[in-house]
Amino acid sequence: MNSALSFRHVDIMFPSRKGGGLVDKAIALAREGKSRAEILEATGVVLGVSDANLEVERGKISVLMGLSGSGKSTLLRAANRLNKTVNGEVLIGNGVAHVDVASCNEDTLRDLRKTRIAMVFQQFAILPWRTVRENVGLGLELRDIAPAIRREMVDEKLELVGLDKWADSNVKSLSGGMQQRVGLARAFATDADILLMDEPFSALDPLIRRKLQDELMMLQKKLKKTILFVSHDIDEAMKIGNQITIMKEGRIVQTGTPQEIVAHPANDYVRDFISHMNPLPILSADSFMKPLSHDLSDLTIAGSGPYRLDIASGRLVSADGRSFSTLFLASGEPAPQTLAQDCILCVPETTPLSEIAALSQQSPWPLLVHNGSAITGLCDERSIISAVVQVSRDAA
Amino acid sequence: MLNAANDWITSHKIPLGLWMSDLVDLVRIHCTGLLDVISGTITWGVDSFTALLQAAPPIVLIVLAVAGTAALKRRFLAPTLVGVGLLFILNQGYWDDTMATLSLILFSTLISMLIGVPLGIAAAHRPWLDKAMHPLLDLMQTLPTFVYLIPTLILFGLGTVPGLISTIIFAIPAPIRMTEMGIASVSKTFLEAGEAFGATPRQLLWKIELPAALPMIRAGLTQCIMLSLSMVVIAALVGAGGLGVPVVRALNTVQVDVGFEAGFAIVILAIILDRVCRSGDSGQ
Repeated sequence: MNSALSFRHVDIMFPSRKGGGLVDKAIALAREGKSRAEILEATGVVLGVSDANLEVERGKISVLMGLSGSGKSTLLRAANRLNKTVNGEVLIGNGVAHVDVASCNEDTLRDLRKTRIAMVFQQFAILPWRTVRENVGLGLELRDIAPAIRREMVDEKLELVGLDKWADSNVKSLSGGMQQRVGLARAFATDADILLMDEPFSALDPLIRRKLQDELMMLQKKLKKTILFVSHDIDEAMKIGNQITIMKEGRIVQTGTPQEIVAHPANDYVRDFISHMNPLPILSADSFMKPLSHDLSDLTIAGSGPYRLDIASGRLVSADGRSFSTLFLASGEPAPQTLAQDCILCVPETTPLSEIAALSQQSPWPLLVHNGSAITGLCDERSIISAVVQVSRDAA
Repeated sequence: MLNAANDWITSHKIPLGLWMSDLVDLVRIHCTGLLDVISGTITWGVDSFTALLQAAPPIVLIVLAVAGTAALKRRFLAPTLVGVGLLFILNQGYWDDTMATLSLILFSTLISMLIGVPLGIAAAHRPWLDKAMHPLLDLMQTLPTFVYLIPTLILFGLGTVPGLISTIIFAIPAPIRMTEMGIASVSKTFLEAGEAFGATPRQLLWKIELPAALPMIRAGLTQCIMLSLSMVVIAALVGAGGLGVPVVRALNTVQVDVGFEAGFAIVILAIILDRVCRSGDSGQ
C-alpha cells in the first residue's frame, strides 16, 4: 500500500434528533444521489460526508476544498476520529500494514493520535494557561515523556518555526500568526508523519497567511510529512497542494493535481471555483513562453542573434560577437539577489507566471526556459504581458 | 360541599413531618457507631486546630498573615488591610473567638471543596446527575437553616459538629455549582486539542478541563468561604465556638455593645478572607 492515508467509501452522518434517527436509510438515500435537504426531510439525519474515496500519498500535501458546509472539515476530522464514520474505512498505512482508524479500539486510536497523526486547528486551540513551551509539549506530555527529553524535543521544534525566543512567553500575549506557529510546532513536536490541518490559516490576515503558507512549504521540503489540509481558498489550495479534492454537499466532486483541475474541471461547480482564482501562481512558463528551436537559431536578444550555447563556458554567443553568461536554476531554487550585468537567467518550464514576472524585474534581459536538459523557450516582457492579458480576459 | 371537601383534606394529613422524624430516628438507632466516629473525628480536628491557632502569639500570626498576603498580592492595600483588621480584632478582645471561627470555616470549606469539586465534575460529565442534583441543591439553599439544625442536633448532640454540618449543607452548593459550570463551559476546541493528541479521559480532566475551569472553581471557593462565614451565628446556637457565641449571648442579654463588637469582628474577618482569596484572580 503506497498511500499514507486513504478514505474508502466513507459515510459520516449526524442524526439531528435523539434516538439515532434513520441512519441506514439516510445512507441509502445518499447513495441514490439525494441532496442533503431531501435526506434531512426524509430521515432527520444530516449528511456529513457520503461515499468519500481519497488516497493521500506519503509526503504529499492533499487539500480538501469546498464552500462551507461541503463536508471538507468533516472528512478531515474522520482521519483521527474526532468525527465518527458510520460506514467505510479510514486507513493509515506505514508502507507494510495499515490500521483502520474508523474501526480500531480506543487504545489503538490513542496510540495513533499520540504518534502518527497530529492536528492543527483553525481557531489555534492553544491552551491560554500554558506557556509557549508547555503548549508545544502537550502531545509529548500526554505520552508521558520525561521532562528533560521533552524539553529538548520541544525546543528543537520551536526553533523550526522561529519561536525559540518566545519559549517562556504567555501565549495570550502572542499575535494570531504567532499563536498558529505554536499550533504548528505542537503538531510537529510528536513527530507524527501525518498532519491534519483544518483551515489553519483562515483566521489570519492575508499578509500573515501568505507568510505562514510559505513557511509551511519550506518546512515541508525538509520534513516531508503527509498533510491533509482543509481550505476554502482556491489560491491557497493551488499554491500548497500536490493534490486537490473539491467537495460539494458532502460529496467529492473531483480529485487531481492542481494542473489537472485547472485543465479539466469536472463540472461547472469546479469551473466556478477556478474562475475565481488568481492564475498567476499556477500558469507555468511552458504555457506562455515563446518556443525556441533546438539549436537556438531563432533566438534574438537585444537585436542581435542568432545565438549558440557554448557548452564549455556556459555562455551564449551570437554570430555578431555579443555574449551573455547564463545561470541555470533548478526547480524551486531561488535566484540570487543580484545578478552580473551580462547574466541571463534560465528557469525551469514549471516556473509559474508570478515568479517569472518577479524574476524579470531583476535583469534587463529576457528569461530563458529549460526543460532540464535543453533550452526550450524565451520569456520576454512581451510574452509576460500577453499572458497576463490572456488570463484577465479569461477571468472576465 | 366545599366544607366537606375542606374537612376531608384536613383530616387526611400526609404525615410528611412524621416520615422525616422516623427517618432521623432510624439513622440514629442504626448508625450510632458511625455517627460517633464522625462526630469524634471532626470535633478533634476542629478543636485541635483551634487550639493551635490560639496557642500561637497573636502578633506572630498577624505578621505571618501580612507577609503571606504581601507575597500573594504584591500590592500595598491588601496586606495593610489584613494587618489593620487583625490588630483591631486583637484590640477589641475577640482574638480567641476569631481563631475558633477561622478554624470552623477552614474545616467546613475544606470538606465542602473535597466533596463539592468531585461532585461538580461528575455532574458536568453526566447530564442526568446534573438534573437530579439541581432540585436537591436548591432545597439545601432554600430550606430554612433551623429546620435541618434540629435533626443534626439529635444525631450529633450539642457542639461543634452540628454547627459544622449545617454550615456545610448551606455552603456546599456553591463549589458544586461553580465547578459544574466551569467544567461544562470548557471550550470544545480545547477538549478536541487534547483528544487529537491522544489524551485519555483522565488526562483530559487533569490537563485540560481542570486548568480551564480553575478560575470558576476558585470563585466557588471564595463563595463557599463567605457562605460558611454567614453561618457563624447559627452554628453558635447549637454549641459551636467562635464569634457567633458573643453575638448569641448579646442577643439573650440585650447588650448592644457586645453585639456590635463581635459583629464588626465577623465583617472584618469576611473582608480579609475575601481579599486573600481573590489575590489569585488578580492576574486574570
